[in-house]
Amino acid sequence: MRKLLILVGVLLVVHVALLFVHPSGAAQPSARAAVNVGVVFDLGGRGDKSFNDGAYLGAERAAKNLGVRVRFIEPGEGSDRESGLRLLAAEGMQLVIGVGFIFTDDLTQLAREYPNTRFAGVDYSVSMDTGGRIIPPPANLAALKFREEQGSFLVGAMAALLGQSKKVGFVGGMNFPLIHKFEAGYTAGVKRVCPDCEVVVQYAGVTPEAFRNPGKGKELALSQYQQGVNVIFHASGSTGLGVFEAARQTGKLAIGVDADQYKEAPGYVLTSMVKRVDNAVYDAISRVVDKRFTGGIYQYGLAEDGVGYVYDRHNQSLIPPAVRARLETLKQDIIAGRITVPNTRQ
Amino acid sequence: MSTRAQIEEAILPPLVALMLAAVVGDALILIYGQSPADVYALLIEGTWGNAYGLGQVLYKATTLVFTGLAVGLGLRAGLFNIGAESQLAAGGFCAALVGMALPPGIPAILCLPLYLLAAAFGGGLVGAVPGVLKARFGAHEVIVTIMLNFIVLALLNYLTSAKVHVPDTLHTPELKSGALPRVGDLLPSFHGSAANATSLLAIAAAIALGWFLFRTRAGFELRAVGLQSRAAEYAGINVSGVVWRALAISGAVAGVGGLNYVVGYKHYYEEGFATGAGFLGIAVALVGRNHPVGIVVAALLFATLSQGGLAVNALVPKQMVDVLQAVVILAVSTSVPEVRQLLRGARGSSEK
Repeated sequence: MRKLLILVGVLLVVHVALLFVHPSGAAQPSARAAVNVGVVFDLGGRGDKSFNDGAYLGAERAAKNLGVRVRFIEPGEGSDRESGLRLLAAEGMQLVIGVGFIFTDDLTQLAREYPNTRFAGVDYSVSMDTGGRIIPPPANLAALKFREEQGSFLVGAMAALLGQSKKVGFVGGMNFPLIHKFEAGYTAGVKRVCPDCEVVVQYAGVTPEAFRNPGKGKELALSQYQQGVNVIFHASGSTGLGVFEAARQTGKLAIGVDADQYKEAPGYVLTSMVKRVDNAVYDAISRVVDKRFTGGIYQYGLAEDGVGYVYDRHNQSLIPPAVRARLETLKQDIIAGRITVPNTRQ
Repeated sequence: MSTRAQIEEAILPPLVALMLAAVVGDALILIYGQSPADVYALLIEGTWGNAYGLGQVLYKATTLVFTGLAVGLGLRAGLFNIGAESQLAAGGFCAALVGMALPPGIPAILCLPLYLLAAAFGGGLVGAVPGVLKARFGAHEVIVTIMLNFIVLALLNYLTSAKVHVPDTLHTPELKSGALPRVGDLLPSFHGSAANATSLLAIAAAIALGWFLFRTRAGFELRAVGLQSRAAEYAGINVSGVVWRALAISGAVAGVGGLNYVVGYKHYYEEGFATGAGFLGIAVALVGRNHPVGIVVAALLFATLSQGGLAVNALVPKQMVDVLQAVVILAVSTSVPEVRQLLRGARGSSEK
């Protein structure tokens, strides 16, 4: 017992002594800027190289270019989402952002409770009333949504133009409306440039687990490649890592999603359908800085540079100039409204 | 052994663990380039320093009391229940199903027994499986409960997203009636916090379990099996009966913890609503020395760290608090006799 007591005493002395150490670079927790922005990520979101990291990049860019102060919160469990939003709102942040559709309910409620704070939800899911009419979000809440179908349309066209067979593939994660948007746009893009092409569509499952199952992704992709598919577009989170693995193994091509996924399988990634969460977040912050923030539904499509496909030094050798030109024409047609891309399955 | 020595032996090891964690925390904060005093001040400010933070601590502690009691009860019987994670989820899910089936407008006091039964049934069922497998076939409860976590959570995810979810969400529809009042309804300063009447249930559960363990014959048998199962058998105790009942009760207690979120806070079941609370329950039971009072105190401690982690996110990464929790667990598990005994028991049985 005595030894333990001495140990406790020694540790206590060390602890108290360390409390007096004050590193020169230490931040002042209360430092404030003209515009303060809070961002709450989803559970385990940071480091996903896609969605949450996109929001992080956008906010960091705003901090650098616009001089705003940004605070990030990473929740540890479900109840922390609301808690994080509340902490930020109570601190008097001018803008509070929730990253992911799962924040929808919490954001709606908080926007009503804090009418003077502005909120933004990435992928906020807008609900409909029983008559199918859209229920608008509160006036101080911006729903940042993406026209994934437009970007998917372009990569669909690219897959059909470069596939060299009449079959192209699609691997979805969880079989639910959000991913059907990708599928619908992709199929429309394929049919636009190659009406008699067949799109092989498969989903990894019906639960969120389907976004985290690379084994299943590889299995689906291998079977599609064996059926004569040469290009597969995946919209399946980390399940897609299996699709890239299958592409590498068979020497065929895959198309990434959300972020530029070239690095997952260099040489086998034809392009990626990118969702510019960073641009949407930056845009929302800059609206607050310029004092022109209003609530409502913001759609980020090709015209807003909210979605697109990757064309850079890594993959331009895979995409001939004629194909590139054709895609750019299609892109202009969509922006000008000459082509309307469906966002639900036909 | 005198009472004083007993109390010293109960309190000192966790205290050493805490101090050790504090010093490691200081070092980490300094390496990260922040001042420990600032970080701890912010941590206290964000938790016990205001009504909302306190409410959140209370809310998180409530779930942890249930999972901690569940694990602690198992350990008293010499059983290591790693399945509190899925038992908690199963309890919450069953309660949500009952809530969806109820007609609207029934007062909470009448619904509560139903919710309690449903949650205890869900958790108890998941707990009884390893119990029966152990009692009947000698399957090791650690392996079975770990594996059941995967199976049960996957099953619940499937049922939620394929059968009962609201479109575009990962949760079930709301309970039709019987939602428990929140602390914020009574005390306006707690407005918005998730703390609710389930906290009272947690205290009641701690008292009931203390009474069961130390004042009833079944509790005595359970502890006897935990201390020396062969001697207990020789004394005429039906060891396999105690084993499966202990694991079933343990699961039921964890299951009732699901009410905190489902009936008290959000009023629906959401996939992953208390991720990690089951595993953290192991730490709570260890730090609380498997005693109801200790478990309540330990739950408050871990809840403070968890909520404090959000508050200090401005200065240091969240992982720092995770590391602190891990240091506490490591330090405690090397200093707690029960753990050593368990390890000795495992070594003894493998030599047979």
